Amino acid sequence: MFSLVAVNHLAVKHCEQIFGIMAGSAWRSMLTQVVGGTVRRCTLNSVHLSKGMQTVTLIPGDGIGPEISSAVVKIFQAANAPVSWEERNVTAIKGPGGRWMIPPDAKESMDRSKIGLKGPLKTPIAAGHPSMNLLLRKTFDLYANVRPCISIEGYKTPYTDVDLVTIRENTEGEYSGIEHQIVDGVVQSIKLITENASRRIAEYAFEYARNNQRSSVTAVHKANIMRMSDGLFLRKCREVAESYKDIKFTEMYLDTVCLNMVQDPTQFDVLVMPNLYGDILSDLCAGLIGGLGVTPSGNIGANGVAIFESVHGTAPDIAGLDLANPTALLLSGVMMLRHMGLHDHAHKIQKACFDTIREKKVLTKDLGGNSKCSEFTADICRRVQDLD
Amino acid sequence: MNNIPLPVGECCLSCGLCHCCRFSCVPVDFEVVHVNSALETDDDMNNAITAIRRNGVALKGNIETKHTLPASVKSRNNVLRTSLDLYANVMHCQSLPGVQTRHKNIDIMIIRENTEGEYSSLEHESVSGVVESLKIITRNNSLRIAEYAFQLARDKGRRRVTAVHKANIMKLGDGLFLQCCKEVASGYPDITFDSMIVDNTTMQLVSKPQQFDVMVMPNLYGNVVSNVCAGLVGGPGLVPGANYGRDYAVFETATRNTGKSIAGRNIANPTALLLASCMMLDHLELNDHATSIRNAVLTTMNETRLHTADIGGQGTTLEVVQSIMRIIQSKGQLTSEF
Repeated sequence: MFSLVAVNHLAVKHCEQIFGIMAGSAWRSMLTQVVGGTVRRCTLNSVHLSKGMQTVTLIPGDGIGPEISSAVVKIFQAANAPVSWEERNVTAIKGPGGRWMIPPDAKESMDRSKIGLKGPLKTPIAAGHPSMNLLLRKTFDLYANVRPCISIEGYKTPYTDVDLVTIRENTEGEYSGIEHQIVDGVVQSIKLITENASRRIAEYAFEYARNNQRSSVTAVHKANIMRMSDGLFLRKCREVAESYKDIKFTEMYLDTVCLNMVQDPTQFDVLVMPNLYGDILSDLCAGLIGGLGVTPSGNIGANGVAIFESVHGTAPDIAGLDLANPTALLLSGVMMLRHMGLHDHAHKIQKACFDTIREKKVLTKDLGGNSKCSEFTADICRRVQDLD
Repeated sequence: MNNIPLPVGECCLSCGLCHCCRFSCVPVDFEVVHVNSALETDDDMNNAITAIRRNGVALKGNIETKHTLPASVKSRNNVLRTSLDLYANVMHCQSLPGVQTRHKNIDIMIIRENTEGEYSSLEHESVSGVVESLKIITRNNSLRIAEYAFQLARDKGRRRVTAVHKANIMKLGDGLFLQCCKEVASGYPDITFDSMIVDNTTMQLVSKPQQFDVMVMPNLYGNVVSNVCAGLVGGPGLVPGANYGRDYAVFETATRNTGKSIAGRNIANPTALLLASCMMLDHLELNDHATSIRNAVLTTMNETRLHTADIGGQGTTLEVVQSIMRIIQSKGQLTSEF
């Protein structure tokens, strides 16, 4: 559906009749031709000609969440990304039957939009309810956590040329939450591996590899020690690999991956693994490129829902002081744009962000500078507009 | 004369090791026990375990575990560790002179609980397609490993012990481990105690490893952290490891690799196993011999032209071993003909 705001209403009506519904700049240039230049070439601000504005549920989060979310919204606007934000808050509420749940309006928005962008949420201790992140995961069956780790040119770490993606099964494994004290002083924690969840994550990993032109998928496991559970996981990966002969499939022990990752991360491409290994490895890889402040993340759910998020904390000590670094949330937004098929906008915003970081003139404190969040944001916005 | 069983897995670095020890007239006699990982019977392993019980100390190569075999065929390395109750795996990760790495000045001691946790090998398929794997944490073993860590820290003059855990998620299991560490820490007021969640730990290790001193953790996190640290200081060919129990001690390379892909090509790095043997000699209170061999190894390390392929050089295993023997000889120590 178009949402069209034009300077010359007559021109619009005329062209709509003749040309029907067409996309973006092609429409605009056609419009200019048809009316012989009598219509002032529409500026970016006055005309929203787009493939269609897509609704995204925005969850600003806590602490620095609101300010980095607003930074991302500004940058998206500067880039003219066809995104219409629906802001929602998630706080745990007790539903009928005493079960904790997310607010119904947040759920309704996400079910409708299918795409979410989320800032950091604080995890309450002893609040009586589970973490909001866990609630979101369960509500939308967010089974795959995807973290692309790509070295940011201009943000130096001891590792260069990192370009890999970790795909972590996010619903079971060691995080089943099933623990018992058998007798005093003896505790048993249960790691759950199921055929269905393993197959599902393997399929996602191979699809992701194919859709993103990645050449290999490596299953990370410890089947030498956990023969049945990781063995099952591996078997499912192998089975799925059969349907993706165009993608190279390898298997590697978790410890060998760790050993090799810190020596030469360039040997890795897409990594798929159960929950705990994914948690550890995805953070290790984030460390290689500069930490959680610059790492994007996406969560894929079962019913087409995808929620992209920054994975750093809420940083309450700098909240509201215009000091936060919005890079992680912005790059998660870029991941989201790619997921939505808006590759041009994604590329533009990412380039602007990386250029700002590379120039080193306007950097937030954690990146080694002393600029404000708003200054950093403004610089990116300016670059985005210049790229047009 | 000490009798040392040498269970030889896939690794033939033991040849170089035997040369060095015999050459330096170390009063140690190796009882070589072969374990064939291809066989499905347990006789080889049982022989090895019996030999270690008899001699008390062992030097070990890694025995390959074919993870395509059914769950009833357990990892032989794990069986050895649990049978002999080698509850503490100790790895000292130090930046070595002459080895090019991204991070410098690393000096971390990793103490890993070696018998329980995720390595309990207790798994079952509840219904078809649903597998449970049990991670066991006990108060006794957690107290024991924490005690070991703090005592070692004190003996070595180290200032801080960090417990690595995931108690925010595994509240009961890792919560118990953390609680035991805190209890033991209270008996060592001279040593600072703190804790860190395992995912943050790996992130910190690759950005600022110099912040760590002594680390103690359950089995699986120990596996991850040891391998990360070994990679940081130059790779699996450099770092020795030790497994201590109340009655026995087994020494090996820290990252327990078989090195299958480079076996038999005279390119393996003998450093890790040689340094492990020095740890063994220290354990046997043959400190002079340990120091002599260790110094020779570290001096050779400074010669970049003798670096093996894993650390960026073109030296062969034999060249490295010969260089070490030459240095020992040049120090005027008693050596045998070779």
